[in-house]
Amino acid sequence: MKTIYLDNNATTRVAPQVFEEILPYFSELYGNPSSMHSFGGQVGRKIRQAREQIASLIGASPDEVIFTSCGTESDNAAIRSALLAYPDRRHIVTSRVEHPAVRSLASFLATQGYRLTEAPVDNLGRLDMKRYEQSLTADTAIVSLMWANNETGVIFPVQEAAEMARKRGILFHTDAVQAVGKIPIDLRRTAIDMLSLSGHKLHAPKGIGALYVRKGTKFSSFLIGGHQEKGRRGGTENTAGIIGLGKACELAAQHMELENTRVKELRDRLENGLLSRIPNSRVNGDRTHRLPNTTSISFEFVEGEAILLLLDEFGICASSGSACTSGSLQPSHVLRAMGVPFTMAHGSIRFSLSIYNSEEEIDFVLEKMPGVIEKLRKLSPYWNVDETVCATG
Amino acid sequence: MWEYTDKVKEYFLNPRNVGEIEDPDGVGEEGSIACGDALKLSFKLDENKRIKEARFKTFGCASAIATASALTEIMKGKTLEEAEKITNQDIADYLGGLPREKMHCSVMGRQALDKAIANYRGVPGKAAEGQIVCECFGVTDKEIEQAVSENNLSTIEDVTDYTKAGGGCGNCHQAIQEIIDRVRALPKREVAAKPKLTNIQKIRMIEETLDREIRPSLRQDGGDIELIDVVGNRVMVATRGACATCQASEQTMKHFVEIKLRELVTPELVVEEVSQ
Repeated sequence: MKTIYLDNNATTRVAPQVFEEILPYFSELYGNPSSMHSFGGQVGRKIRQAREQIASLIGASPDEVIFTSCGTESDNAAIRSALLAYPDRRHIVTSRVEHPAVRSLASFLATQGYRLTEAPVDNLGRLDMKRYEQSLTADTAIVSLMWANNETGVIFPVQEAAEMARKRGILFHTDAVQAVGKIPIDLRRTAIDMLSLSGHKLHAPKGIGALYVRKGTKFSSFLIGGHQEKGRRGGTENTAGIIGLGKACELAAQHMELENTRVKELRDRLENGLLSRIPNSRVNGDRTHRLPNTTSISFEFVEGEAILLLLDEFGICASSGSACTSGSLQPSHVLRAMGVPFTMAHGSIRFSLSIYNSEEEIDFVLEKMPGVIEKLRKLSPYWNVDETVCATG
Repeated sequence: MWEYTDKVKEYFLNPRNVGEIEDPDGVGEEGSIACGDALKLSFKLDENKRIKEARFKTFGCASAIATASALTEIMKGKTLEEAEKITNQDIADYLGGLPREKMHCSVMGRQALDKAIANYRGVPGKAAEGQIVCECFGVTDKEIEQAVSENNLSTIEDVTDYTKAGGGCGNCHQAIQEIIDRVRALPKREVAAKPKLTNIQKIRMIEETLDREIRPSLRQDGGDIELIDVVGNRVMVATRGACATCQASEQTMKHFVEIKLRELVTPELVVEEVSQ
């Protein structure tokens, strides 16, 4: 059975060009980039090149890029560093829809004597800018807001939010794990102080991430050890991962146009097709300010895990914000923060596309999905109980 | 991804007895759309007062659908007195086991069955008497008590896996712990009621206890246990499957099987492992 992979916000396939690029660094080119001999030195040169490739994609200078092991490490390093930089400030500002890498850390810090404000979002998942601005105080050490939401794809106005923070002398970090490579980013033109990104979300391998730290920003290292990354992150470099991330960023810059035209068209074809074929379905989140590859659609009166397992029978990979898939007993915190009704939240499915998807694949999903939903609705005690219950299309 | 047994997958993909019975003898509804799963169970009796037909409708995940379907199969042909004795573990066992975090699906099945039988008899269901403990999922103290005593639960996490209680805001964790402590402190009535056992009774009770209390958890780890002989108060057992090669096997014997048998059969029992 052919796999139709529409779960690219979870992880992506390693691009064939990236795979080819990194192979030698697992075999013959195993030198340590810190070594004095040219055998290691040649790897060091490739790492410098990767740093330039990454900086170029996000509009940074190479020495503003620190390699980490993943997006979560980048988020943790940024937030903890800011708290150390301003030890007399005890307030953290985030939003209610952050990824667990930020949200769980912030909740933990709230048990360690910090005050936490989570700015709310409206029912389209848009940040409440007024409440956000009101939450900024002289005691705020760090703001951390995601650039784009992993579940809905909704894009926050982080540049505007960063300026509000800078005006008050507050450090601003953005978790841009879902945004980098999908939408153009030019950090030179923003007031963002720190930005996290992750390799495996943009066709690089897992186990590699990066943190952008604006020149002049106070930074204390999260991993203390050797002199790697100019002492800002100890530990021998993940050479293959770094070189892969560099190549993936170079490719992402080339594919940016494609992401925002072809991928977007495929996403819209899928989304509009599902909405028109399946009654009582609706899109979660703001459709205008959104990543080009993501759609979160809810199908009323059915449950997400059951939908995913039926899709799995056809080789279709997606994900859900339902309780049974979130690892807890409640639907995703993102959908709850948006006030998505329970009848809808439990039946939410996220499709996230990539440049490797084709029109045939989308049409296959459009062909199979109505039957899947119908099958489950026939089992559901809520379906047809009250036919006047109708969702906004 | 959940590790479902082939039987769970089969009952999810091809559920038996879907629908609602027209003019049923009993109907029970459990769960709600807010909680993420709900079940409507209905049955009809034949002239001998045995369940002739059972049907279900489920809103929920794969295991909620599979357990409801399995329950309708188990119910059929039983009298209401027999059906009343179906435990959530029976439903899980019928499907070859459920992931622990999904045991609440089997509990939902049993609760819907209780309600359907109560509906037939025209009396309020057992759960209706209790006080709500978990506000997030609307779980009562009676429901938690029953789950704790029937499934021998010992932690808050267990209770959440089996009833969902405590899986939301967490404000009720203290109250759940108090219920666990209270239920586990109660002397088991079966022991007090039968002071002197004949050998036949003893063997039967040992077999029942092994079946109900011990095998299900051993099987979750791919093991099993067999009763070889009972001589006086010496209980000879042999381990099978994963248990036979497990380093912790002896530990399992002493701390788990013996405690259970002493608690539920008679306190004099000594468990011995034999290699057969």
